[in-house]
Amino acid sequence: MSSHAEHLDGQLPHEPEKATLEGRNKVLGFWLFLGGESVLFGTLFATFLALRDQIAEGKPGTELFQLPTVALATFILLTSSLTSVFATQALHRHNVKAMINWLIVTVILGLGFLGLEIYEFFEYVHEGHKFTTSAFSSSFYTLVGFHGAHVAFGVVWIGILIAQIFKKGLTVVTAPKIYVAGIYWHFIDVVWVFIFTVVYLMGKVG
Amino acid sequence: MDWLTTVDHKKIGILYLIAGGLFFLIGGLEAILIRIQLMQPKMDFVTAQQFNELITMHGTTMIFLAVMPIIFALMNAIIPLQIGARDVAFPFLNSLGFWTFFFGGLLLNLSWLVGGAPDAGWTSYMPLASNTYSTTHGVDFYSIGLQIAGIGTLLGGINFLVTIINMRAPGMTFMRMPMFTWAVFITSALILFAFPAITVGLVLLTFDRLFGANFFEIANGGNAVLWEHIFWIFGHPEVYILILPAFGIISEVISTFSRKRLFGYSSMVFATILIGFLGFMVWAHHMFTAGLGPVANALFSIATMLIAVPTGIKIFNWLFTLWGGQLTFNTSSLFAIGFIPTFVMGGVTGVMLASAPADFQYHDSYFVVAHFHYVIVGGLVFGLFSGLFYWWPKMFGRVLNEKLGQLTFWTFFIGFHMTFFIQHFLGLMGMPRRVFTYLPNQGFDTMNLISTIGAFLMGVGTIAFLINIAVTAAKPKNAPNDPWVDGRTLEWTIPSPAPEYNFKQTPLVRGLDAYWKEKMAGNKEVPAAEPVGSIHMPSPSIIPFMMSVGLFIAGFGFMFAKDEFASSFVGMLFNNYIVAILGLVITFGGMFLRSVFDDHGWHIEPEELEDKGVKA
Repeated sequence: MSSHAEHLDGQLPHEPEKATLEGRNKVLGFWLFLGGESVLFGTLFATFLALRDQIAEGKPGTELFQLPTVALATFILLTSSLTSVFATQALHRHNVKAMINWLIVTVILGLGFLGLEIYEFFEYVHEGHKFTTSAFSSSFYTLVGFHGAHVAFGVVWIGILIAQIFKKGLTVVTAPKIYVAGIYWHFIDVVWVFIFTVVYLMGKVG
Repeated sequence: MDWLTTVDHKKIGILYLIAGGLFFLIGGLEAILIRIQLMQPKMDFVTAQQFNELITMHGTTMIFLAVMPIIFALMNAIIPLQIGARDVAFPFLNSLGFWTFFFGGLLLNLSWLVGGAPDAGWTSYMPLASNTYSTTHGVDFYSIGLQIAGIGTLLGGINFLVTIINMRAPGMTFMRMPMFTWAVFITSALILFAFPAITVGLVLLTFDRLFGANFFEIANGGNAVLWEHIFWIFGHPEVYILILPAFGIISEVISTFSRKRLFGYSSMVFATILIGFLGFMVWAHHMFTAGLGPVANALFSIATMLIAVPTGIKIFNWLFTLWGGQLTFNTSSLFAIGFIPTFVMGGVTGVMLASAPADFQYHDSYFVVAHFHYVIVGGLVFGLFSGLFYWWPKMFGRVLNEKLGQLTFWTFFIGFHMTFFIQHFLGLMGMPRRVFTYLPNQGFDTMNLISTIGAFLMGVGTIAFLINIAVTAAKPKNAPNDPWVDGRTLEWTIPSPAPEYNFKQTPLVRGLDAYWKEKMAGNKEVPAAEPVGSIHMPSPSIIPFMMSVGLFIAGFGFMFAKDEFASSFVGMLFNNYIVAILGLVITFGGMFLRSVFDDHGWHIEPEELEDKGVKA
């Protein structure tokens, strides 16, 4: 632990997430994991694109989607991406207080997004657009729901990390966790940009 | 208990070998049963339903639960040693990967005991695999079991990519990496980009079957061909995930036992990369008869034939390595040399099948069965045997018995060709695959009998291998560091079996075939890159085991959520998703514990190393 101890006495390097081999492994491994996640969402998008016109007895997207709600959700989620950048910047400045505050803002925005999405799903189900209605509805809920589950996971994850920072402080062990949670959060934002375009905008055009 | 919590890559390698070996025996037994049923026309050894279950489980078990884990066994046992690393990048995930694979495989195989095995073929095509046509829980066992096992494979892929990128010893540039390491590197990349596709495919299949989704339900707008695309977008790279490590093993073995540097090392590297790359653009050659149209068929046909070029480069490189070498013939090198012509035959029929118009003739016949067994058994399994005999001393500290080994080689080699060579002709004469019996006097009778005798011969070879393991295990653990004397790479510089910390001092690599280079320079050892110091080790953990058990429970919970039970209490637990949720709570609880409690590991101090050093 001798090499670890040196860093723990307040002398954090500029990029504490990459100070140890474990940290570098974690960051690289996480980027690769996101590569796999891209294929996962790519396959879900392909499935959606293949099936989006197959509405069977259900309603088409042109009638269903309410762009104002979705646009608001998009705005909230993209803002949360910005706040997570602020958190990572605070990490690099070793400003623990600012980092925690920005992370909390990120989590609140994430929860706001999830709330809107759940509301939206309730509305759709109410209008008869259920999971089992058609191939379109199944693929819609699977794609958007997978993304929603990723947001929910991220919210819980970042929440746990905030609690850990309170307890353990910013160290070369905790820094990589914050950093990879940040890139995870960006990734789900990027996926949402595609969902907004491919599912909602293209769906509204018909 | 030690084995349940271990995070040591060498022990995890042994666990993979035991579990993979066990599933290999189950899959092999299923193959024997299939061949007994087909031994004579109109046999009623098994029913048609049982036959469907047997072929499905034989394919699924062999691919996902037998050969992939044995590949992972060799990867785990050897890769860190070959690159001069003390461990893999993520020891905890490594353990998690093993246990998810194991419990996924266990779940899948329990289907034999609980309500019937999957019966829709290992490709599980829709609508055959839908609730309409496959009414038991068999396909649910398939989709959920493979899903859980697939998590393990994906984790393993990421782990080895990071290990190879970040943890090579000083001086080991990418172009100084041993060929097996290169092969595993590319394989891991293929795993990373191919497995998420099947993850999604299995999710869609599960949703269709358990939650009434309509992805493949044509009546509600679903599309059955979509499943074929998703399955093969994963499935074809999977073929290269299987064969590339075998290419790596063969390269090591041939080079060592020819006492020569591998011919055309850099072309070998680029051929491996090219095969990996092209492997992603050929999936539709499995679907020539699905009606994608002439343009798609032509493009996929050409792309497929292109793969023959880098593969041909490899074959010639192996031949030129053998050429003029000082050959040693032992079990390991015999399997490697036997691999070359066998794999070429599988490759040639591959090019034949790649021709779309001709494929309409071969499709779904025994010609295809013969082809893929030539590449997977004649290619991969020969490679695995070769690698196991080669690295056995490094894994267990004992050299396998040579006489029994050669018995394994000859029975397995002859039995293999006897079983499958003749199936080419059965296919060309029109015998369709996946039929549970056939009528007499169509010219199939004698050939099927010969094929079955061959299968038994392969069984004899496998039993000889098991006896070999038992005989060897009873011998003293006395293998030297470099039992083949001509070892070229870093794993042969350390004791057999490797100590817990692998390298007392991280080695300094001064060229390709680092150990051989030092030998030729008259040095006894590879120089060290660091002074002797304390070594940091990860702590063992039960959490991976716990998380996998959680997934296992959750799998059962989801599968039986809509069933009726004799006991109302059990019914209540399942029907309200309590079992499923309990399982997920265990798994996510494990993740939570892992995140919150940091593992500080422990240290091996230099004094202890000196003590152990004397012993070794």
